[in-house]
Amino acid sequence: MALNAPGAPRRTWWKTALGILFTVLMLFPVYWMVNVSLTQRGDLRNNPPNLLPLDPTFEGYQAVFDQQLPALGISLLIGFGCVVLTVALAAPAGYAIALLRLRGGRTLNFILLVAQMIPAVVMAMGFYAIYVRLGLLNSIPGLILADSTIAVPFGVLLFTAFMSGIPRELLQAARMDGASAWRTFVSVVMPISRNSVLTVSLFAFLWAWSDFVFASTLARNADFVPITLSIYAYIGNNTTQWNAIMATAVVASIPAAVLLVFAQRYVAAGVTAGAVKD
Amino acid sequence: MTTTIGRSATGNGSPAPSADRAGAHARRIHGSPWIAVGFAAPLVIYLIAFYAYPLIRSIDLSVHDYNIRAFVQGDAEFVGLENYVDVIQSDLFPTALWNTFVFVGVSILFQYAIGLALAVFFRNSFRLSGFLRALFLVPWLLPLIVSASTWAWMMNSDSGIINSFLGAFGVEPINWITSPDTALLAVIIANIWLGIPFNLVILYSGLQNIPGEVYEAASLDGAGAWKIFWRITFPLLRPVSAITILLGLVYTLKVVDIVWIMTKGGPANSSLTLAVWSYREAFGTGQPAFSPASAIGNLLIVIALVFGLFYVRLQRREEH
Repeated sequence: MALNAPGAPRRTWWKTALGILFTVLMLFPVYWMVNVSLTQRGDLRNNPPNLLPLDPTFEGYQAVFDQQLPALGISLLIGFGCVVLTVALAAPAGYAIALLRLRGGRTLNFILLVAQMIPAVVMAMGFYAIYVRLGLLNSIPGLILADSTIAVPFGVLLFTAFMSGIPRELLQAARMDGASAWRTFVSVVMPISRNSVLTVSLFAFLWAWSDFVFASTLARNADFVPITLSIYAYIGNNTTQWNAIMATAVVASIPAAVLLVFAQRYVAAGVTAGAVKD
Repeated sequence: MTTTIGRSATGNGSPAPSADRAGAHARRIHGSPWIAVGFAAPLVIYLIAFYAYPLIRSIDLSVHDYNIRAFVQGDAEFVGLENYVDVIQSDLFPTALWNTFVFVGVSILFQYAIGLALAVFFRNSFRLSGFLRALFLVPWLLPLIVSASTWAWMMNSDSGIINSFLGAFGVEPINWITSPDTALLAVIIANIWLGIPFNLVILYSGLQNIPGEVYEAASLDGAGAWKIFWRITFPLLRPVSAITILLGLVYTLKVVDIVWIMTKGGPANSSLTLAVWSYREAFGTGQPAFSPASAIGNLLIVIALVFGLFYVRLQRREEH
């Protein structure tokens, strides 16, 4: 990550100052979430509100720790399930389209573009109708399947884009050595595509983790609760414990923070690559 | 990393993500074409089972009179386009259509304008520019429930920071979320905030693809920054802008969560968009009405597809 261009002229300091100001304005809601999560319950309704958590309380986080661990675990499980399913489906398909001259590959790409335009509500109703019959309502596999529909088209488009850039000489060399298409895929293509796998996995996880529409429709009577629904129920139940609500929100934001710290360049690449998010 | 948007918009020759490029190579590396089919088969089956089929089911719902009992027993009455007629003739339809139009239009306008201004600002790197630009991604990465509940609390009538800030300038407290006059505005503000990172990143990558010599030539001619922007940057960025806006349209049309979490489409339907209306009919009340809900949803698909096909055409044209 380029923290600063080497030899950037000194006279750009005002740009840095302005940039910091813009960033502070943009991230104010995030700061506010953290601030409220640390505010004493008695101070939540102060007017004007406490701008700094000078007298912080961790009772909100204590509540998260006491009540939200199962929800966090469920969301982790759904997120990882979604990652595995997405990569397993998208990587071979990208390989077929980009490197194996799949007939109709172009049409498939077109279908994937269109697929991303279907509103989640419509998908949720379709899934609901199907799941009622299959008994998949309120089940974790059902939710993983539904959540994966957010990431799979993006994954295929990203893998296709990346794999198209793999030198074909490499594949031909593998072929000469007697490697089968499958062997080439596993030992040559996948290792080279490591960064794409990482990008797709990160997004598949984040979208499943953040999903609200599918969880609130396909798992609303479940005996398990993902973290998004848990926060939603929190908001609905009481409006006095906003420090606990915001503490849960802070904890629910951890994957986003991890993503940003450890994989920032993949995130930017991902946004531009598929340009998908609903 | 290949950037599809940047590439297709500017045609700067990074690898094409499509089969025709691979097709240019005469020799197939691995013998039978069926091998390729084998690798793509799981995806194709998946698309049929979990995209096409739910879509067909949703169309099926919209032409029948479904309730929960009929769901389980599968004996709903066929009613043709009656649900669609009912929806369009409903008193709510003009409201929802207008709200959708305002929500999408105002969101896109501000997201794009702010995103573009920031992209231009960040174009020349300065100390910390990469780091600050990365921080701008945060709103986009946060789960929507997190952003929505944070905004809801910031906009709280009595204890919200926004009213307290405005109060310092003598502005009377505004009932952002609880008044029909401002509820739509409130969700639009939150949605603009959410969409800025997306616009910034894509427009920034578009700017990176404009060669530096163009700017140098212009500044040699003595053009000021303002003139350079309107005469050079903006016209050269037009393809990327078009794609950004169209994608924004398609994605904003289907937004449910942010509105639902903040206002549930209320009060008095003042922030009800088509997508939220559909969600409310199906899942938002005690009595699910899947048939009208899917009729609304399918109308939404038609609207999204119109823009979507326009996007695909635009992208194809840029590729050639």
